[in-house]
Amino acid sequence: MNYIDPHIHMISRVTDDYHRMALSGCAAISEPAFWAGFDRGSVDGFRDYFRHLTEVEPKRAALYGIRHYSWLCINAKEAENVELSRGVIQMIPEFLDKPNVLGIGEIGLNKNTKNEATIFQEHVDLAMKTNELILIHTPHLEDKYKGTRMIIDMLKNDRRVNPERVLIDHVEEHTVRHALDNGFWCAMTLYPITKCTPQRAADIIEMVGTDRIMANSAGDWGKSDPLAVPELILELKRRGHPDSAIRKLVYENPLAFWRMSNRWQEWPVEETAPVKKKEKARV
Amino acid sequence: MSKQTTPLPANKALEQFFLEARCKLLDVAAILDRVNRGQEAGEVLANDPRIERIRKALEVMHDQSGGRAERIQQIFSLEYDSGWEKPKPRY
Ligand SMILES: [Zn+2]
Repeated sequence: MNYIDPHIHMISRVTDDYHRMALSGCAAISEPAFWAGFDRGSVDGFRDYFRHLTEVEPKRAALYGIRHYSWLCINAKEAENVELSRGVIQMIPEFLDKPNVLGIGEIGLNKNTKNEATIFQEHVDLAMKTNELILIHTPHLEDKYKGTRMIIDMLKNDRRVNPERVLIDHVEEHTVRHALDNGFWCAMTLYPITKCTPQRAADIIEMVGTDRIMANSAGDWGKSDPLAVPELILELKRRGHPDSAIRKLVYENPLAFWRMSNRWQEWPVEETAPVKKKEKARV
Repeated sequence: MSKQTTPLPANKALEQFFLEARCKLLDVAAILDRVNRGQEAGEVLANDPRIERIRKALEVMHDQSGGRAERIQQIFSLEYDSGWEKPKPRY
């Protein structure tokens, strides 16, 4: 079954991963801007990173027939540096005419601090002024519940925000309904120790259904599995879920969300007419 | 797919996941034993909040009324206060 991985950090993965993802049926991915494992020192550092996301990775992915999209922001961890964050937010519009940019993300909270909340709101201000989609990172482990509630508070506090254009990522059992019941899209991250196993993701689907929800690997430089979405497909198949429901979760839903992006270009319909024969040189 | 769809019948679910449940229960038991065994080398106090959370989670495991995964998530979560000072949107 073809699938989409709507959250994976390919900058941190080797080319062999692209190869194995392609063999597993990966049709497209989107890569949110995130923390590199260290705090960057300047706006120019982020400008180079955004060039990597918008110019280099799409080419690397194309070699394996995978469509590559990206999301731009300064992540919640580095948002603690308010001055640097404001510089990056000002620079983002330089990249908002790139064809593969889907919107602003992954913005969010990390330790639920005041500075993180300030910069989260300033990213939302930018997204509202430029009419961009938003992809939101929710905190890890013990901070997740509180951070998810705070994020939803801020979004509901802003009358410009249309929840249908916002995706709340890394939902788990205790946060998924808060996202869905408030009208947002959401995604489960298959990241075994700190987030969700494929088995628990399948359980969540059995509890909340398949509307406005998707799954991703969030593969990055940490211990993660770039083939996590196919693992979830297998788990759902083993339990007897119909192909139509699985396809909605791993293909149609991410595509439906992406399609609302300002710069979305429809994928060409497969060529069915016979190709005209040209005379070939013989050597 | 409508909500609350579980195509896997209970008897098949038990068949498919019994060994996994056994394995994970053994893992938790072994982790708790490991902590106890190391008390000589470096102690964990009885009031360590992590121990308290594990104990509460084990209590939830006994309760058959459902939603156990979500309730255990709540035990391991910080509290949320809706009165927090929110930043102002700039319209
Ligand atoms: Zn990420």
